Amino acid sequence: MNTEMQGFIQKYDLLGCIQCGRCTGGCPVTVRTNLNVRRFVYDAIDQSMLDNLAKLPEIWDCTACNTCAVRCPKGLKPVEVLIGLRNILVESGVIQPTVRDALESVFREGNPWDKPRAIRSDWMQGLEVKIAEPGKKVENLIFVCCTIAYDPKVQVIAKNLVKVLNKAGVDYGFIGDSETCCSSEVHNLGEEGLFEMMVEDNTELLNSYDAARIVTISPHCYSTYKSQYPNLKAKVIHYTHLLKEILEENKLEITREFPQKIVFHDPCFLGKQNNVFDEPRYILGRIPGAELVEFERKRERSLCCEGGGGKMWVESESRKERLAETRVNNARELGATLLAVACPFCILTLDDALKAKGFEEEMRVAEILEIIGELV
Amino acid sequence: MNNKPKIGVYVCHCGINIAKTVDVNTVTEFASHLPNVKVARNYSYMCSDPGQLLIREDIKNEGLNRVVVASCSPRMHELTFRKTLAEAGLNPYYLEMANIREQCSWVHEEGERATGKAKKLVAAAVSKVRLLEPLQEKEVDVEPATLIIGGGIAGIQAALDIANAGFKVYLVEKTPSVGGRMSQLDKTFPTLDCSACILTPKMVDVASHPNIELFTYSQVEEVSGFVGNFQVKVRKKARYVDVDKCTGCGACAQECRLSGRIPSEFDVGMGKRAAIYLPFPQAVPAKYTIDSQRCLFLTRGKCGKSPKCVDACAAGAINFEQKDEIAEFKVGAIIVATGFDVFDASRKPEYGYNDYVNVITSLELERLVSASGPTGGSVMIGTGEDASVPREIAFIKCVGSRDKSVGNEYCSRVCCMYTAKLAHLVEEKIPGANVRVYYMDVRAFGKGFEEFYDRVRREGIRYIRGNPSEIFKRGDKLVIKVENTLTSTPMEDEVDLVVLGVGLEPRKDAREIIDLLRLSQSADRFFLEAHPKLAPVDTATDGVFLAGCAQGPKDIPDTVAQAKGAASSALVLLSSGRVKVQAQISFVNEATCRGCGFCVEICPYGAIELVTVNRMGHQVSVARVNEALCKGCGACAAGCLSGSVQQKSFMDRQILPQIAVLGGMR
Ligand SMILES: Cc1cc2nc3c(=O)[nH]c(=O)nc-3n(C[C@H](O)[C@H](O)[C@H](O)COP(=O)(O)OP(=O)(O)OC[C@H]3O[C@@H](n4cnc5c(N)ncnc54)[C@H](O)[C@@H]3O)c2cc1C
Ligand code: SF4
Ligand code: SF4
Ligand code: SF4
Ligand code: SF4
Repeated sequence: MNTEMQGFIQKYDLLGCIQCGRCTGGCPVTVRTNLNVRRFVYDAIDQSMLDNLAKLPEIWDCTACNTCAVRCPKGLKPVEVLIGLRNILVESGVIQPTVRDALESVFREGNPWDKPRAIRSDWMQGLEVKIAEPGKKVENLIFVCCTIAYDPKVQVIAKNLVKVLNKAGVDYGFIGDSETCCSSEVHNLGEEGLFEMMVEDNTELLNSYDAARIVTISPHCYSTYKSQYPNLKAKVIHYTHLLKEILEENKLEITREFPQKIVFHDPCFLGKQNNVFDEPRYILGRIPGAELVEFERKRERSLCCEGGGGKMWVESESRKERLAETRVNNARELGATLLAVACPFCILTLDDALKAKGFEEEMRVAEILEIIGELV
Repeated sequence: MNNKPKIGVYVCHCGINIAKTVDVNTVTEFASHLPNVKVARNYSYMCSDPGQLLIREDIKNEGLNRVVVASCSPRMHELTFRKTLAEAGLNPYYLEMANIREQCSWVHEEGERATGKAKKLVAAAVSKVRLLEPLQEKEVDVEPATLIIGGGIAGIQAALDIANAGFKVYLVEKTPSVGGRMSQLDKTFPTLDCSACILTPKMVDVASHPNIELFTYSQVEEVSGFVGNFQVKVRKKARYVDVDKCTGCGACAQECRLSGRIPSEFDVGMGKRAAIYLPFPQAVPAKYTIDSQRCLFLTRGKCGKSPKCVDACAAGAINFEQKDEIAEFKVGAIIVATGFDVFDASRKPEYGYNDYVNVITSLELERLVSASGPTGGSVMIGTGEDASVPREIAFIKCVGSRDKSVGNEYCSRVCCMYTAKLAHLVEEKIPGANVRVYYMDVRAFGKGFEEFYDRVRREGIRYIRGNPSEIFKRGDKLVIKVENTLTSTPMEDEVDLVVLGVGLEPRKDAREIIDLLRLSQSADRFFLEAHPKLAPVDTATDGVFLAGCAQGPKDIPDTVAQAKGAASSALVLLSSGRVKVQAQISFVNEATCRGCGFCVEICPYGAIELVTVNRMGHQVSVARVNEALCKGCGACAAGCLSGSVQQKSFMDRQILPQIAVLGGMR
């Protein structure tokens, strides 16, 4: 065994695999692409095959939903093997232009959307937003997420969070223009070097605040900070934790009736990966007049919307029905009028699917914060 | 005896186990120059007959009065060499072992430094052996009776063996009947014997045997004492039925207002019972019991105008005034046979066990295929009007076993074969059904197992290699998301019934027994045996033995074999009638003891108490060691702040010089 080979084998514990197939069995994208993650875990043991494996287009079909890792009985993380292969490509420089641009943008501007850092807080215009100061005590340091900060389709999430926080009178502070990408997608796209650098920089930035906790809006930031940033001083939570707390303490009253049939879609990064299932349901349950229904595939068995794992920058070659479309169909079969989510990527994929299916008349996709913001 | 030390040092090669790494000749040569050493030799296997003979001859011919054996761990062979010394007329406690295998050759690779360490270990042993004092072994009488906790097949078998050998047995079972899990099974692999047919006669024998006192619906509350002399306290819970009057006719259960309303534990929730019940038709004893948590009269003080069971019982057996009773007795040995629980399938939420009635466990299926079960032996989904017969049936193996994500890394050993058995039974009950088994590996290791596996495959049971990842519902079918790993095909298999091959876990209430008997658990949380190979039924507590699944997952043949082993170990103790007590125990220097009681708290065996003595006209309190209870663990000696407790053979003045040698100082 040479050392590089040992590196791959040891890094991903490839010899621990018993080829049970639970990873591939659970992988949501197998119904529409050729991806068979178990085969990669098996084949990657042979180091001479790594370069060829990296060239297989299906390594870009993985959504980093993590189902394979959650289900593996031997504690492997098969998804990371795919990311390791992407890393081989990134290192050798042969990657799609879209991916390259996104990575470069993170390096230069601190976000993957090729937008200037200077306009990161533009969404705040016209709002009364408290900005945290380094070194000063703040209970809740809010971390916005690049997609929410720049994409006009989802900026409304952050705006509504401001509204909710102000109304509830909680102590909070936003970061402002110095806020920088958590780099979840940098990791998932395989740019390990950049990811490590971003982790260092972001740790320094976030630790410069005297915050009791960091409140993330996107489950992707939440999961990344929780599991891949070992040196953060503050506790990391998701906004649904905070919102549940606010509602439990009766700091916020949802007064308006909302006669809608709501179905909640569990984001993989929130549910499967971090077992946050009850908080979003609690919040939705507090809405007067709303009826909550459940997907057949809910909670631990939720179906991925294909928003993560760099899929924002890599289009799948498959022409088969997208999982987001399956999800929207299922919601319609349930008679839901509102498909609620708690993740900006889910909003984008599910809303696209809704439009592609032409269901706009009968159903709407909305973030929980958007709904609550409308009702208070 | 002339007490000037004359020491013999014997360096063992242990084949190549030691000699490969440690230069035994150098160590021997080194030892021969140590103070008071008369002879130093090395030999390939010191524990062998010729090896021991070397020592005995030297004792005789050279007048040795101390012996150091540099070989393996004292846990392995200290007793062997003590016997050697005794045979040559030397006090067996004039022995010291230097462990140059586990603590040296096995853990080091580099020969020169390993040899250096071996020299130090030998020198340290030599310096200690000079200071050892002779000890006398004492013996106490053994109470000729055994307590067996748990009345499954393991407890039953052990009880019958011991009772047949003429010794008294107290068999304590927690539930209202003996029988354990085996009584819940329909047929048994690999022979397809009817479980009840082979078990029921043994259950009846246990109840009627003159040497067995059976306590059902009872719990061991207290155990004190030590090997040969345990005091036991058992609580017989009130059944609210006078067992002397109850004829087992069942009229009460038919009439009970809650009849058919309470999930039956025996049928794992697949059937219903009344508040007054017999767990199953062949239960032993065939006496009814009132569930005090459910019975209307007992929980609310009122059951209609008058309790229907009372009205129904012609024998007048029902007695709401009955109280728990306590029984106390003495035994010489204890066998723990408390069995297992099945893995709780709701801990793998991806299989939807809590969501779907047609996702069931293997134990539930056992009850469905059983002729005495809730459906009279037909395999049905759901109950009443909606009940339907499944056509497409899938078994999933290794549920909750071999799975780090639920903390169970071990293989449960019986699920491969019981799945084959149940698949066969289902195929037999539902002609034309399509039965498949999803598996990772097939472990058919026992006698007749592989043959049985061959048979069920040829009967048409499909074995598909892949461990399913998820189950959800589509229309009225269950969808299994799984990969056929032999063809690399991810599939969505639509079926009517999924049977989860749940693994075996320690009993949820195992803690009670652990606390009661100070047992240890192995990494899999089952009770730990004293040695995995050479003492598989013993525990670290002398006189306490293990049998059956309490020690780890196993099938009925292995359970019975182990039960017989435990019975024979108990019988060795009982029939010899006497037991040696530990000689290397602690003792207190009452003149310096300050009576702080620290040691009393430390002692894990409750072997030290404070007593009042007269010291120069003053009443002072000092610690005293109960020699029968002390195990010689030395915890008290290590804890004593004034150095007043010392352990024989490990006294400060014996071990400090030894430690000094190891540290290179004198
Ligand atoms: C679904 C299934 C199918 C199986 N099929 C087969 C088969 O076909 N062939 C085969 O060979 N094996 C089979 N087995 C394995 C078999 O069940 C076990 O080998 C056997 O039951 C072990 O017996 P045991 O006495 O050790 O434990 P148990 O059967 O669990 O008995 C333990 C007894 O101890 C009692 N107890 C527990 N705690 C206490 C306490 N604190 N105080 C007093 N009493 C207590 C319990 O109530 C119980 O009566 C199967 C197992 C399962 C789960
Ligand atoms: S992370 Fe999700 S999409 Fe990627 S291989 Fe694992 S299960 Fe499949
Ligand atoms: S789930 Fe884990 S052990 Fe099973 S095939 Fe996948 S990587 Fe290997
Ligand atoms: S008192 Fe009533 S509820 Fe209790 S066992 Fe008798 S009939 Fe049943
Ligand atoms: S710890 Fe020492 S001083 Fe204290 S009571 Fe025990 S023997 Fe005496």
